[in-house]
Amino acid sequence: MSKYDGQAHYELRCRECGRSWGNQPRSICDECFSPLEITYDYDAIRASIAQGAFSREQISQRPPNMWRYSELLPLPAGFEPRLPVGFTPLFQAPRLAARLAGNKGDSNAAAQNLYIKNDAVCLPTLSFKDRVVAVALAQAQAFGFDTVACSSTGNLANAVAAHAARLGLKAWIFIPSDLEPAKILGTQVFGANVVRIAGNYDQVNRLCSQIAEERRWGFVNVNLRPYYAEGSKTVGFEIAEQLGWRLPDNVVVPMAGGSLITKIKKAFDELIKLELVEDKPVKFFGAQATGCSPISTAVKTGSAEIEPQKPATIARSLAIGNPADGHYAIKTIKHSGGWSEDVSDPEVIDSIRLLAETEGIFTETAGGVTVGTAGKLYRQDRILPEETTVLCITGNGLKTTDVLAGVYEIERPIAPKLAEFEKYLTTTLDAVEVANEAANAVSA
Amino acid sequence: MAITVQIPTALRRHTAGVGSVACAAGNLGELFTVLDEKFPDLKPHLRDEGGQLRRFLNIYVNEEDIRFLGGPAYAFQDGDEILLVPSIAGGSR
Repeated sequence: MSKYDGQAHYELRCRECGRSWGNQPRSICDECFSPLEITYDYDAIRASIAQGAFSREQISQRPPNMWRYSELLPLPAGFEPRLPVGFTPLFQAPRLAARLAGNKGDSNAAAQNLYIKNDAVCLPTLSFKDRVVAVALAQAQAFGFDTVACSSTGNLANAVAAHAARLGLKAWIFIPSDLEPAKILGTQVFGANVVRIAGNYDQVNRLCSQIAEERRWGFVNVNLRPYYAEGSKTVGFEIAEQLGWRLPDNVVVPMAGGSLITKIKKAFDELIKLELVEDKPVKFFGAQATGCSPISTAVKTGSAEIEPQKPATIARSLAIGNPADGHYAIKTIKHSGGWSEDVSDPEVIDSIRLLAETEGIFTETAGGVTVGTAGKLYRQDRILPEETTVLCITGNGLKTTDVLAGVYEIERPIAPKLAEFEKYLTTTLDAVEVANEAANAVSA
Repeated sequence: MAITVQIPTALRRHTAGVGSVACAAGNLGELFTVLDEKFPDLKPHLRDEGGQLRRFLNIYVNEEDIRFLGGPAYAFQDGDEILLVPSIAGGSR
């Protein structure tokens, strides 16, 4: 555990005017209305590294979960983790690379250099939101909240409900009414109070900011947001450690509110600052669905500001038309020399299938957005095969199976006889051959 | 036009604790003029030095973001409820 137990080595500070706000459930600076962010006493952390207490070697000996980076998280004094969240797999994706960058120079280079960071298997609720909720609820308990809450496009709902159940906290979850059935069920099962709102996420979020003023609840993405957001940094810490304590050349990140991409950047910056990795440039690439692309639109048009949109996409987990961290996401992307792209709903479906068929990973729609965007970036030569590139897959496809309805046929059953199977096989192979010939004729 | 403005908690120390203001204003510019007169301390918290709406402040009219209604050009209707909401629901420009 952190050697800082008993003394906070972090505090809230305004991102714009710099005013300090100590530690409290608050996300807004009263002076300029700008968002607050956690800052750390890096000198104290450096001293810890000098003593060997937070060195690469020491970290590598800790349990394989996100708490191994406790010194760089805003955890309350005496915090003892109850769940082993994070430390998800990072692995090469050669077969996906061949499809995304197959016609770009040396395809072997891409096969060696493309990685997946797979938070589709982040525990306990199969998305990266477990990371942010784990930190937010640690602080919720420290601040004395007995009820936690959130506005959510689904994954956060699942995570808040599950973590609250584990900690014995009451949970109120506010969601847009059109959320995927699996995400609603996957929230209710934990005993949370689920409130469906007849509106989009931005309307739900606005309502929650009003409710947060009226009730003494710990809203993870309202009054606990600065603490919550820090949990996302662990994606960046893990990428660096799993690459052998080095930074990649490129990271492709799905964007909804825009927080994750800024926090991976912050994680890399902190590792550089603490000399845990060598300084090198990293390009940040943001991925959105075309039907809700306020950040990518701003990047592509050269704007520093967000024009809000009304979401219209199957990628509901990314359907935030007025992203809270959009301004900072644009800055992160532009200053890094990166770019942002967006993909259509059919491209999202194709990309979900591509990732599943090439690498055996079933991701939700946000992952389809990330893979589809990565393909565009390779085709545009914004990402080169010889560059180390990490795609952040942030959620699990089992939560959004509804978008694949109708894509696959359900075969009629056959009798349990060998002859029946042989007949079935012949028929199937004939059909595949015919389909291949048709496809070849079209491409010719 | 008779409208009502809801002031968020974060700004009420500049309005002597007042959380709701009924007033007459035809558009956003006129509303700011009314608020400037009633609560002079509030002005720098709503607009920056250049007079622009602060980046992290959202304005809603009857639960709709004013930018979807035409922004500052939107003509308030009788009975409109105006909400000032901090950046947690997204930046405003």
